[in-house]
Amino acid sequence: MEALSNKRKVIESKPLNFFERIYLPVIFRGLAITMKHFFRKPVTVSYPEQKREYSENFRGMHSLKRDEDGRERCTACGLCALSCPAEAITMIAAERQKGEEHLYREEKYAAVYEINMLRCIFCGLCEEACPKEAIYLDGPHVPSEYLRKDFIYGKDKLVEAPLNQ
Amino acid sequence: MGIADIIIKLILIVIIFAISLLVALYSTYAERKIAAFFQDRIGPNRAGPWGILQPFADGGKMFLKEEIIPANASAFLFIAGPSLSILTACIGSAVIPWGQKLTIGTHVVDLQVTDINVGVLYILGVVSLGVYGVMIGGWASNNKYSLLGAIRAASQNISYELSMGLSIIALLMVTGTLSLREIAEQQHGFWSHGWFTWNFFRQPLGFLIFIVCAFAETNRTPFDLPECETELIGGYHTEYSSMKLGFYLFSEYINMFISGAVMATLYFGGYNFPFMHHLGLSENWITILGVIALFTKIFFFIFFFMWVRWTIPRFRYDQLMDLGWKSLIPLSIANIVITGIVITFYK
Repeated sequence: MEALSNKRKVIESKPLNFFERIYLPVIFRGLAITMKHFFRKPVTVSYPEQKREYSENFRGMHSLKRDEDGRERCTACGLCALSCPAEAITMIAAERQKGEEHLYREEKYAAVYEINMLRCIFCGLCEEACPKEAIYLDGPHVPSEYLRKDFIYGKDKLVEAPLNQ
Repeated sequence: MGIADIIIKLILIVIIFAISLLVALYSTYAERKIAAFFQDRIGPNRAGPWGILQPFADGGKMFLKEEIIPANASAFLFIAGPSLSILTACIGSAVIPWGQKLTIGTHVVDLQVTDINVGVLYILGVVSLGVYGVMIGGWASNNKYSLLGAIRAASQNISYELSMGLSIIALLMVTGTLSLREIAEQQHGFWSHGWFTWNFFRQPLGFLIFIVCAFAETNRTPFDLPECETELIGGYHTEYSSMKLGFYLFSEYINMFISGAVMATLYFGGYNFPFMHHLGLSENWITILGVIALFTKIFFFIFFFMWVRWTIPRFRYDQLMDLGWKSLIPLSIANIVITGIVITFYK
């Protein structure tokens, strides 16, 4: 048959030659390889004492950002929830009242914003979809919990800490 | 033989027993540590500094586990299996000369429990007994995997005992004695009459056959088919739990220790070390250094056992049988013939 790709590999099964049949030369070669590893520096990271750094493009827990005046950027447009392939995000929008300008940047804001961390697949489509640069997956990884309901993160866990506190 | 001699012998027995148990205990730790180093890891390091208390933690865990005897197992034989296994592992050390004679005051202490003139035969006998523990345990479990493991252990040990015996015959043609003490004494020093004194340099092929057979007899990788997890779950100790399992695992490590001691004594000069009589030390010091030398050799062999285990994959069963019957036995017979010819022409 004509090869469909250039990945085809012809496998020959030759009978072992004499040196392979007495096993010893290859065994000694193997022993030499393992001995080389014996003196190599271990790659282990002793976890609780020593933590590995996250890579730069690591996507962890979400955080809802504030702008330079400490106001929530989110305007509850719902694009993140729409883009979410796992349907992990729900929100309830509310209108900004008089005197709340220092809290919310836009006239509309998310009164309830919940992410189900058990559904989330950390794909990052929400941060791509967000027109207000309000959500980023820049946190650490999500800690474990005992109850499923504890994985539904509300605004208390998601919103960034206020600026001057 | 006075009462003092008996007490000295008893103390010696207890010390050797304790040392072999301690070495076996720490072999488990060494195995895990060495495996880790071979795989670029650190290994157990939480129990005590560098994890040196790990064997005690493991042992304590073993003791606290639930003791299970399967309902359809033969209870007596089920318990007899591991007991026999550890018993035969421990009695092998009786004939091994651990060192020369130690002089304490007026007493001359022989660092060998008993110098029987058929020491090599005794070792072979104990080695063949060792398989009974595995067989009885595997059979009594009433489990097909255990039974398969036991059958494998039995046929493997029988096959490799043959070439082991044949390789020893060639060695005996060189030494002319079956007493391990005399064999060790013949390898005195390191160099004499223009050739090495150690038997390894007279019987290199015999040693190679012997060490391959030692791997098979102690059920170590690459010949650990009786307990291979991928095919037989746990092999003969599938049904075992708690300290009975511990005894099986433990006897494997004691066997490793003893076979290391036997190999060191038969082929690597036992307690002899190079230049032992050019150092100008007193006899007692040379004896003590000799004991250290013997243990160094034994530890090297234990390390070698582990080194091979973490290097080579397991043999297939037909390959194992092929190697035993079609390669090692003809090779050891050829070794006997060559040894005979060389002895005839050079003596």
